[in-house]
Amino acid sequence: MEEKKKLWKHIKAWVDGEEVILDADKYIITRSKKVKKDWRRQFSVETIKGNTKLYGFLSVAISALFIGIMLSVVNDLPEFGNPSNPVDNEVMERYLESGIEETGAVNFVAGMILDYRAFDTFAEANVLFLAVMSVVLLLKKDKQNYSEKEERENREDDFFDENEKRPILKIGGKILAPLIILYGIYVVLNGHLSPGGGFSGGTIIGAGLILYASAYGQKKMQTFFTFRTFTLICVGGLLTYCACKSYSFFTGANHVGFEIPKGIPGNILSAGFILPLNICVGLIVACTMYGFYALFTKGDI
Amino acid sequence: MSEVIQIILLVFLVACALAVSLTKNLFVAVIVFMGYSSIMAVIWLFLESPDLAITEAAVGAGVDSILFFLTLKKVHYLKGTREG
Repeated sequence: MEEKKKLWKHIKAWVDGEEVILDADKYIITRSKKVKKDWRRQFSVETIKGNTKLYGFLSVAISALFIGIMLSVVNDLPEFGNPSNPVDNEVMERYLESGIEETGAVNFVAGMILDYRAFDTFAEANVLFLAVMSVVLLLKKDKQNYSEKEERENREDDFFDENEKRPILKIGGKILAPLIILYGIYVVLNGHLSPGGGFSGGTIIGAGLILYASAYGQKKMQTFFTFRTFTLICVGGLLTYCACKSYSFFTGANHVGFEIPKGIPGNILSAGFILPLNICVGLIVACTMYGFYALFTKGDI
Repeated sequence: MSEVIQIILLVFLVACALAVSLTKNLFVAVIVFMGYSSIMAVIWLFLESPDLAITEAAVGAGVDSILFFLTLKKVHYLKGTREG
């Protein structure tokens, strides 16, 4: 029982980032000084500074080597637009000929990335989500990593946000932010009809949110966008995407059985699942973009 | 006409890329990088991929440089701010 308790304590300390040695007294008696094997050559500052010519030569040589490798590879690529290129195969023909029929999307790119290759896009959205989650792990403030000084600075920031007059930024933000967000929503909703889609529209919405937040401060932003809404939208979007696509995955990846109505190509309500998937991706991307900004500035959303 | 514009844009692109790597001032480097992204967005339009152009303009010129500026502020590089 004792042993178990000790081990548990040890694991807990290890998780907290401390180093605890089991049986410390015994260890101190028996330990011997570590003999450091000095296998590196010791560089002094003078020798490094004296070698600038060598370093310059090495940097140019390595860059030239890499440039040479890349140029030789580019040289070996097939000629642009040649009909016998390996790109012009049956996959491309299938996409171009029966793309509209099978996906219902006028924009071929949207049909490709959200229907034929929807799982790639799912993984991309997951990568963004993981990135913002690691930023949350590193930069979100809590009681453990938050000092008095930072809290004072934050309060000063809030005071300036409320009282400072920044007419150009504030009026510009007031006029531009809704327009930018509206344009982003348009790009997301028309992803299957015109160029654009989830990722582009999401970043535009995120940029609009960032503009508004930088003009009016985080306090005002938190009236409608808190950490809770952030997690809800991100996780909800990912889960909706997962549910939509696992339907066609579990039914043999070919929409066997219940066929999703495709609608008339060109209508806004068409193309099966592409519109909801676009909306999901757009929401996730917008949230992550704004999340990056908020976590980098204040450490909180 | 459009070929001339494309050549001018490509020259500007190379100049921007060289300037980013050669300038000593990080603040200037980020601003030149914004210019690089804007030129790249126009080149994407010429290459007939407007969706990439939208994304490049929004991410490369907008969000990316904001994140760079915030990082510079965090590492106490920008003068005139509290951290600087």
